[in-house]
Amino acid sequence: MFDLTGKNALITGASGGIGGDIARALHGAGATVALSGTRVEPLKALADELGDRVHVLPCNLSDPQAVEALPKQAAEAMGSVDILVNNAGITKDNLFMRMSDDEWQSVIDVNMNATMKLCKGVLRGMMKARWGRIVNVSSVVGAIGNPGQANYAAAKAGMVAMGKSLAYEVATRGITVNAVAPGFITTAMTDKLTDDQKTSLLKQVPAGRMGESSEIAAAVLYLASPEAGYVTGATLHVNGGMAML
Amino acid sequence: MSDVADRVKKIVVEHLGVEEDKVTENASFIDDLGADSLDTVELVMAFEEEFGIEIPDDAAETIQTFGDAVKFITEAS
Repeated sequence: MFDLTGKNALITGASGGIGGDIARALHGAGATVALSGTRVEPLKALADELGDRVHVLPCNLSDPQAVEALPKQAAEAMGSVDILVNNAGITKDNLFMRMSDDEWQSVIDVNMNATMKLCKGVLRGMMKARWGRIVNVSSVVGAIGNPGQANYAAAKAGMVAMGKSLAYEVATRGITVNAVAPGFITTAMTDKLTDDQKTSLLKQVPAGRMGESSEIAAAVLYLASPEAGYVTGATLHVNGGMAML
Repeated sequence: MSDVADRVKKIVVEHLGVEEDKVTENASFIDDLGADSLDTVELVMAFEEEFGIEIPDDAAETIQTFGDAVKFITEAS
């Protein structure tokens, strides 16, 4: 249904579970993909799996200069960036009263500030092309909060509000800016939870199971598609019903 | 009219879809030529490419009229 043939997509955090599946989904729909992330090995493995129409662009999003260079590198490698998926994210959990300035700042820097800079870096090309898709991978935590994650929740909510403002500004240029907000998804991050923790988490989820990263990727694919051209400033919640927003 | 002015006028006419004779020295992009704020950003981008120059954000904000644009670009290039 969704055809991205001829579109070029930059995906951050592609070395992770969700980012990898987002890359697979966009690539499967015909897009050329630039895989960005901090860990080179998984990026290369994914590139090998995908075969053609793929570029590996390692980038540490906590390094401002590397962030600034990334959109340019992606445009050079692919010819343009038509789709930007801001998926990369880090956590540094701590109780609010114990949270250090560094724990706060580094999560804001990588999750929110890098998103802003990458959006800025790709907009010029999208404005000229009169077509663009920006999909920010937020989190249910950005909407409902979570103990121990004040920094992460603030950054994820910030991405959404920033995206809405940007969506207003560029809507007339055929550029949409949306967010996907995953709930509990089976990834390396949630594998660390004990069975007891998982059981108690799942009590909050009407669907009674964790989500799969491919289910997040499907939502991103929709928002990146030509068919979603009238959807902008939206947040698509993919959380098994744990928060019906 | 200078070569720079001709080229700037061509970009403005094309981008904003206005009649050439409306693009006068004191014509304001927003007040007289129907540009919105995003159009002015795009015009600056187009000027940068046409003339191979870099127009910093604070300078871009001072370019309000056709005359402003021609003057800035003439001095910069």
